[in-house]
Amino acid sequence: MSRTVRFALNGVATALDVADRTTLADALRDGARLTGTHLGCEHGVCGACTVIVDGLAVRACLMLAVQADGADVVTVEGLAPRDGGLGALQQAFHEHHALQCGFCTPGILTTMHALLTEEPEADEARIRDVLSGNLCRCTGYLPIIAAVMAARGAYRREGVE
Amino acid sequence: MKLPPVAYRCPESLDEAIALLAADDEAQILSGGQSLMPMLAFRLAAPSVLVDLRRVPGLDRIAIDAEGTHVGSRVTWRALERSHALAAAQPLLAAALPHIAHYQIRNRGTVGGSLAHADPAAELPAVALTLDATIEVAGPAGPRRIGAQDFFLGAMTTALEPGEIVTALHLPPAPATRRHGFEEFARRRGDFALAGIALSLDVTLPLDVTMARDRAAPRIEGARIAAFGIADVPLRLDAVEAALEGAVADASAVAAAEAACVASVTPDGDPSADAAYRRALLATLLGRALACALENPPAERAA
Ligand SMILES: Cc1cc2nc3c(=O)[nH]c(=O)nc-3n(C[C@H](O)[C@H](O)[C@H](O)COP(=O)(O)OP(=O)(O)OC[C@H]3O[C@@H](n4cnc5c(N)ncnc54)[C@H](O)[C@@H]3O)c2cc1C
Ligand code: FES
Ligand code: FES
Repeated sequence: MSRTVRFALNGVATALDVADRTTLADALRDGARLTGTHLGCEHGVCGACTVIVDGLAVRACLMLAVQADGADVVTVEGLAPRDGGLGALQQAFHEHHALQCGFCTPGILTTMHALLTEEPEADEARIRDVLSGNLCRCTGYLPIIAAVMAARGAYRREGVE
Repeated sequence: MKLPPVAYRCPESLDEAIALLAADDEAQILSGGQSLMPMLAFRLAAPSVLVDLRRVPGLDRIAIDAEGTHVGSRVTWRALERSHALAAAQPLLAAALPHIAHYQIRNRGTVGGSLAHADPAAELPAVALTLDATIEVAGPAGPRRIGAQDFFLGAMTTALEPGEIVTALHLPPAPATRRHGFEEFARRRGDFALAGIALSLDVTLPLDVTMARDRAAPRIEGARIAAFGIADVPLRLDAVEAALEGAVADASAVAAAEAACVASVTPDGDPSADAAYRRALLATLLGRALACALENPPAERAA
């Protein structure tokens, strides 16, 4: 069966026609044409597909699009300021060389954005623990941790959206 | 892989959910989806319709009173992690939570899903067994309660009848003096464990203070120990429990427990860890969990 789901996508009211079996990740990529949300494993292990639903970082491959009806969904595209440029976390990734191929990056940015929005005081141990839900084959993780640590100040100051 | 074709329903009441399941043998419950969605993606499951419990009222309740702790089946790992009252009332469950999957998965995965999925390496079934929990279910024949020791029948097999829904987990109250230990080993943080231990026990001082000094030493009473990841269901370690009953609560008890574990447990082996390795691992984890319980008297906590 197929139906229309309505949700806020990066702050914009959005309606998508989806089949019941369509995952949120496929609806975002193929329906909304926002291909920043990456699909690696499609079974919950790699974290590349992570998006923020009602403030919580979740695997978009482990959620049906129909379950997002009425929700507030933020993807990696929603982390950059509307007027262009990079968000605080993205800027820190840029400065600390926290990506190489970039495949894992959207999932890590959304995860860490959700974490720092809720816990701007997260320490390195907490950041490492949360990062365990995202696989990166390139960086060795250390530059990612450095970038997230460096971005915390911006979340403390302004409660970045 | 993409999911097989499947329909989706989102009932607004428990009765409606039960009716939807009763109407179709191939219908399957969807809770957090953190185990079922991967099974669909691997095409290990091919239900006709997914019955999502997210709008069924009352299933996301955590309630703690003198009768114990009630955790609704739709309560997420995240909600448990963020409940200070739960950490105080059920420290063993709280100790297990950080080991369950990853941050993003804990945001959606639920208690009822974990119990019903009954993965042999999952933490919650072992905690439920250790704490003598009761699983509350509802189905076409009405509600019933199943003791944890009777609920887990095999790998991914439970005492649930077709069409039955787990509605809650009930944990009896733990006295504030009870001690707990939880240890597991996984190759990577958040992976399912190769082996793990959940235990609870009391340490008591004999009442007769005129007894000889060694006889007056604190002793272990009522140890309950469950191992997971070593068989197709979580297992109570009866022989280890028996070896600990009345034992002086010191390092000698840890050594005795490890010896009893090695002598009595025959774990399943698999390509990731053979039986001999798992047995040694389990004994080590048991020793650590027991030492932790003996060394750390419980902090004063609310009833
Ligand atoms: C990468 C990864 C790592 C993980 N690591 C761990 C781990 O270390 N430890 C661990 O315990 N879990 C782990 N999990 C699983 C996770 O904890 C799941 O959330 C949990 O096992 C199932 O809960 P759910 O709510 O997601 O259930 P679902 O996936 O929605 O359902 C699972 C099964 O239970 C049935 N079901 C669900 N709810 C009910 C109900 N109320 N009544 C009757 N049947 C029901 C479903 O029909 C389905 O068969 C991991 C998952 C992933 C993807
Ligand atoms: S694509 Fe969703 S976790 Fe890998
Ligand atoms: S930058 Fe290549 S996978 Fe992380």
